[in-house]
Parts: sequence; C-alpha cells; structure tokens
Amino acid sequence: MKGMTIIVKTISSWVKVLIVLFGIYIIHSGHLSPCGGFAGGVFLASSYLLLMLAFGRDVVERELPPSVALKIACWAAFTFAAIAISGLFFGKNEFFWNYIYQKWLAGAGIEVHFIAAGTISLAEFAIGLLVGALLFLVILNLSTFRRDTSASR
Amino acid sequence: MPYALCFLLFMLGLYCAVVKKNMVKIVIGILIMEYAVNLFLVMLGFRVGGIAPIIDRAQYDPVIQQVAAGFVNNSVDPLPQALVLTSIVISLGSLALMISICIRTYEKYGTFDITQIRRLKG
Amino acid sequence: MYIFYFLLIFMIIAAIIAIETKNLLSSVICISALGFGASLMFLFLRAPDIAITQIVVDILALIILIRSTISRDLTFISGDKEFFGTVVSVVIIFIIFLAGVKVFETLPDFGTAIFARVPNAASQTYIKEGLEKTGAANIVSSVILDYRAYDTLGEATVLFTAIIGATVILRKKAKKLLEEPDL
Repeated sequence: MKGMTIIVKTISSWVKVLIVLFGIYIIHSGHLSPCGGFAGGVFLASSYLLLMLAFGRDVVERELPPSVALKIACWAAFTFAAIAISGLFFGKNEFFWNYIYQKWLAGAGIEVHFIAAGTISLAEFAIGLLVGALLFLVILNLSTFRRDTSASR
Repeated sequence: MPYALCFLLFMLGLYCAVVKKNMVKIVIGILIMEYAVNLFLVMLGFRVGGIAPIIDRAQYDPVIQQVAAGFVNNSVDPLPQALVLTSIVISLGSLALMISICIRTYEKYGTFDITQIRRLKG
Repeated sequence: MYIFYFLLIFMIIAAIIAIETKNLLSSVICISALGFGASLMFLFLRAPDIAITQIVVDILALIILIRSTISRDLTFISGDKEFFGTVVSVVIIFIIFLAGVKVFETLPDFGTAIFARVPNAASQTYIKEGLEKTGAANIVSSVILDYRAYDTLGEATVLFTAIIGATVILRKKAKKLLEEPDL
C-alpha cells in the first residue's frame, strides 16, 4: 500500500490542477505583474512534488516519465537559444533583439497589455518549462536513490 | 547598521562552513552565506518610501510616451533584483548537487563525519 | 524602518540555532525559518518578484534537505575539528568581521539608493525607458529577458549542468562501475 490515506489523495489530486493553473498564470503574466518564468517553473515542479508525496513515486513516474521530462528540458533550452539566435536574422543583426515588439507592437497604443512584450513572453515560457522539468527530474532522482538503498539493506 | 548585521549573518555561515565536522552542516553554512549575499545586494538598492519597479496603467502616459515622474523618482533599483532572481534558482540547483554528493558519500563510508572520511581513504 | 532590524535579528537567531543544534532535523527546520524571514525582508524591501521566488524555492529546498537527512544520521556527530585550527579560523573570521564593519561605514546610509546619486546610471535608463524600449511593464522582467538576457542564458546553462551532474552522481549503475575497474 503506497502513499497516504484516501483523504490526502483526493484533496491533493484536486489541488494539483489549481497549482498547475497558478503556475501557468504566473508564467504568462510575468511581464505585467511580479514573478515570471523562474517562479512559475518552480510552481510547476512543486505540483508534481505534491503528487509524489501523496501517491508515491510510481504514480508520478507513470504520469510523467523521467525521459520525457529530460526531453522537455532539452527542447526548452533549445527554444530559448533559438529565440536568441533568431534576433540575428529578423532585425538589426543583434543577439537577443526583441524583433516582434520592435517591428509590430511599438507605438501601437497597447503598452500595458497582455500581448505587448514580444519575445519576452516566449522566452518566459521556455525558461519556465526548463526550470520546472529540471527540478522535477532532480527530486525524482533523489527519491529513487533513497528507495534503492533502503531496499538493499 | 543593517549592512553590518547582514555581514554578521555572512560570517556565521562562514564559521559554520569552516569549523563544523558534519557534511550537512557545511551545506547549511553555504546556504546561510547565499541568503546573506542576496539580502545585501537587494538592500543596496532600497529607498525609503520607495515603490516596487512595476509600472501600471496610471503611471504611463501613452500620448507623450513617457513614464510619470513620480515613478522615476521613487522606484527602487531593478538591477540587483534581476541579478538576485537568477542567483536564487541557481542556488537551488547547486544545493541539489551538494546534497547528492553527501548522499553518495554516506552510502560509501556510512557516515557524514568528514574526519572519518579522511581516515578511511585508501 | 525598525522592521528590518527585527527581521535581521530574527534571521541571525535562526542561523545561530541552525549552526549549534545537535539534531540535524531541527537544524534543517531552522534553515527554512531563516528562508521565510528572508522572504519577508524582500517583501518589505519592495522586491515582490524575489519574495515569491524565495518562498517557493524554500519549500523545495526544505523537502530536498529532509529527504537527505531523515533516517540517515543515526549517530550524532558532536564537537569541532582540531582545537588549534578551530581557534585560528575563529580569530581570522573575527578580524575579517571587524575590517568589514569599518568598510561598511564608508557606504552611504541605508535607505538612500546608491544608483540615485550617480548621474547616467544604468538603472536610471532602465526605469525611464524600459517600457517603451521593450514593452514589458515589469522592469525586472525586461532586465532579465531583454537588456541582460546573456545573464539568463548563462543561468540556464549553469542550472542544466548542475542538475545533470546530480543525476550522474545519483544514477544506479555507479556502484557497479566502481567495482569493475576494467570496464
């Protein structure tokens, strides 16, 4: 019998959805309100951490395998680098040039608005996925190691 | 005076990392040093009566495209906050690395005591 | 203004308890108390981004530390290292502290921002022109991902390397590889 009692399991399976939703909100409104990709990524990792504490490690491994998490982290890092490099081609020949804002959004009268930041929003999504997937991976590895050593004794 | 208290916190962390024998205590000393350095960097940019560096709609004039003078004269320094924000997440990653080294050492030697580990070498 | 002194003294007391207690579990819990004190301090220093990030990171750090220490340290390790080295290091730390206090007296007073005294400081430019140059209303976000995005790229690299290093150290086959040197 893995995990905790049924009360904890039911409530944590409801709360997990709310935590993921709050993390996504924090990531996508990072250019208007406090926080951004870093804190949102830690929120995404902590939702799976809650699931792991309540249900045990096997359920989490079935829901999000570590190989998939590593692939998500690699693709997020690649996306961040690709956003940086694409500033070289679409603009003033500068690394990290914010070409979406400078070309179409500057002076359009939508200054403090949801879509008004250009590549900053995309880069924040990449950073959030990177941080979340990496922290999830290291917590899973720590718990796996503990299970192995206690089983061998 | 708050700078001196912050430096005292840094010195406590340094004492813990240098003197203690337990490996987890050394990791804890490094964590205390990280907290002290982050606090000191953010305290350098503080103003009495300042506001957070986030612009809302009332403080921006879209006609002349300028931020209100009240925001420019009262905002705290955004640059140390940006540097500290990356530093906090890096400290979590390095904490995981140090803890994994501690666990691996415990599995090999059976103790957290670094003087014992030194004797068992070879 | 007194809230800063109160919080700093609270953090120093938590650090002293975390350093000097014998039980590792209570030491870890005192570290998380120190982190929550730091988070409140960031909130009163008008840095809400760092406050939220600090409080979430502290929860994760608490769980990582408890995972590592619980049911492992059955023998209490007490005492310090050799007596002579301890005394010498404490004396050196005390001398560094006195010198540091003398240095901090030359800084401007707490509450007067340093960047406000310098004409044409970089932070003045960020505050004045950050919204129209980058489009982000949060100046910290515009500094992280537009003005100084190289820093964030390096941060992503360092985080990736640290986590991959932890994964390699913790993998299951490492013990087997150590036992077979001719592999």
